[in-house]
Amino acid sequence: MTDLTKLTIAEARDGLKNKDYTSLELTEAFIGNIEAANKALNAYVTVTADKARDMAKASDAKLASGEAGALEGIPLGIKDLFATRDVHTQACSHILDGFKPPYESTVTSNLWADGAVMLGKLNMDEFAMGSSNETSYYGPVINPWRKQGSNQDLVPGGSSGGSATAVAARMCMGATATDTGGSIRQPAAFTGTVGIKPTYGRCSRWGVVAFASSLDQAGPIAQTVRDSAILLKSMASVDPKDTTSVDIEVPDYEAAIGKSVKGLKIGIPAEYRMDGMPAEIEELWQKGIQWLKDAGAEVVDIAMPHTKYALPAYYIVAPAEASSNLARYDGVRYGLRVPGKDIVEMYENTRAEGFGEEVKRRILIGTYVLSAGYYDAYYLKAQKVRTLIKRDFDLAWQNGVDAILTPATPSAAFGVADQALHSDPVKMYLNDIFTVTVNMAGLPGISVPAGLDKDGLPLGLQLIGKPFDESTLFQVGQVIEDAAGSFQPEKWWS
Amino acid sequence: MSVDTDTVKRVARLARIRVSEDDATRMTGELNAILGFVEQLDEVNIDGVEPLNSVVEQTMKKREDAVTDGNKAGEIIANAPASEDNFFIVPKVVE
Repeated sequence: MTDLTKLTIAEARDGLKNKDYTSLELTEAFIGNIEAANKALNAYVTVTADKARDMAKASDAKLASGEAGALEGIPLGIKDLFATRDVHTQACSHILDGFKPPYESTVTSNLWADGAVMLGKLNMDEFAMGSSNETSYYGPVINPWRKQGSNQDLVPGGSSGGSATAVAARMCMGATATDTGGSIRQPAAFTGTVGIKPTYGRCSRWGVVAFASSLDQAGPIAQTVRDSAILLKSMASVDPKDTTSVDIEVPDYEAAIGKSVKGLKIGIPAEYRMDGMPAEIEELWQKGIQWLKDAGAEVVDIAMPHTKYALPAYYIVAPAEASSNLARYDGVRYGLRVPGKDIVEMYENTRAEGFGEEVKRRILIGTYVLSAGYYDAYYLKAQKVRTLIKRDFDLAWQNGVDAILTPATPSAAFGVADQALHSDPVKMYLNDIFTVTVNMAGLPGISVPAGLDKDGLPLGLQLIGKPFDESTLFQVGQVIEDAAGSFQPEKWWS
Repeated sequence: MSVDTDTVKRVARLARIRVSEDDATRMTGELNAILGFVEQLDEVNIDGVEPLNSVVEQTMKKREDAVTDGNKAGEIIANAPASEDNFFIVPKVVE
């Protein structure tokens, strides 16, 4: 029998309908892969094997009776940031110890309504704060990719590192993820997978543990562009429970795949050419430009003069919103409580022990920039800079640009416990330099694998689209995927 | 702008996070690195620019002011570290 875990979602959807195999067989194959790989890769923080089997059996009944949903019987992994009823939901933080919500996030509700099967909860940076998946209370996730001839452990990127590793190592068919500054696209680029952050307001934030509410968006990580389109179609919805959910019908994203890009105008912003950027990233970018030209797209230079200010503005806006959102973890209503002599000491002890170092750092920065006398100098200024960043994009769209092509990350995956990155928090933040502009402007962005570097590690290209024009990103993304091919790591972990 | 260790301790107090003397010293350096990084924004001319309060051009949706949920005290306290008779239990706050 063929290895069911190698299938794409699109292939499995057809195979299940043809009765070539059952959802239970498919699900068992993935549970087998998880059991064999999780010790080495640490992608899952909890595996819900029994629940997965029950859901798969229910899907098989629906497939037999012809009532199958769009994702009927497809086994998925869920980032630990999404509330899943009666199942581990801790944003990979110690402060949410033991938390099991009595409710289900809108995004996961949509997936289950369409027939998807839950394999378990995926590791991530604590509260989605990190670019390497090393801030998780549950330890780092390991990238299934290694440099040629090396056995050094590499990071899968973050914060959705568990999602990216699980997809790349075939421990699920696809995964939910979230992106506040690059947390879907950077790990996708580091693992040779496809990740899309949709437009702000496309996926409901209800039931997703909040980090920075004006930036957070959910999206999928998958093996192919088509699979990511299939997943986003099910995850996205108009939700009255999220006041920032936008009243626009979810289109059939898959219909965009395979459409010609002839005549589309692709913008190339020179400002994404950073000092000290490796030559390989520049070469990859040029290759991408050529592929799109060959496919008939028109490539134009555009100016995005405020690009370099997106990251510093983000490091005011995101921590400010985080300090406010994370005020709710007080040891009273859920999670960890560390006693103190009075209630204030109880709060202080709980939060000191419950939050990790990166989370504390961001809460303190956020508290400082919002404190009396500093609001105008920091937060208000950052929000004004944000207007200018959005204006750069608006001008490009006004000039007829359909999508923008940039590198996804300034480098390939780096080593676990990299000394230079850990001694200077700002260095780690620079990982998001190409992705964070998109969050600041609320736009959709997709990372598509585009090649391997000299060490054999995957690199990605990013496409940025107009608000609610994810379809064009899938359309153009497919052209890159067709030209670049797909990339699988060598299986060293089991 | 940069912070000193006393400021870090004051901010930690506002954020209700206990920090030791060593934590505060270490964090002072880390926070100053971040504050130094964001200082780049001083180069940007923001005269007459409105702050971006929402990336979505949509008036915030309002729902009718009606009770749509409730009667689930058991669920609400289910995850509490300490509770009694559907109340959260906290250390004494009044003498």
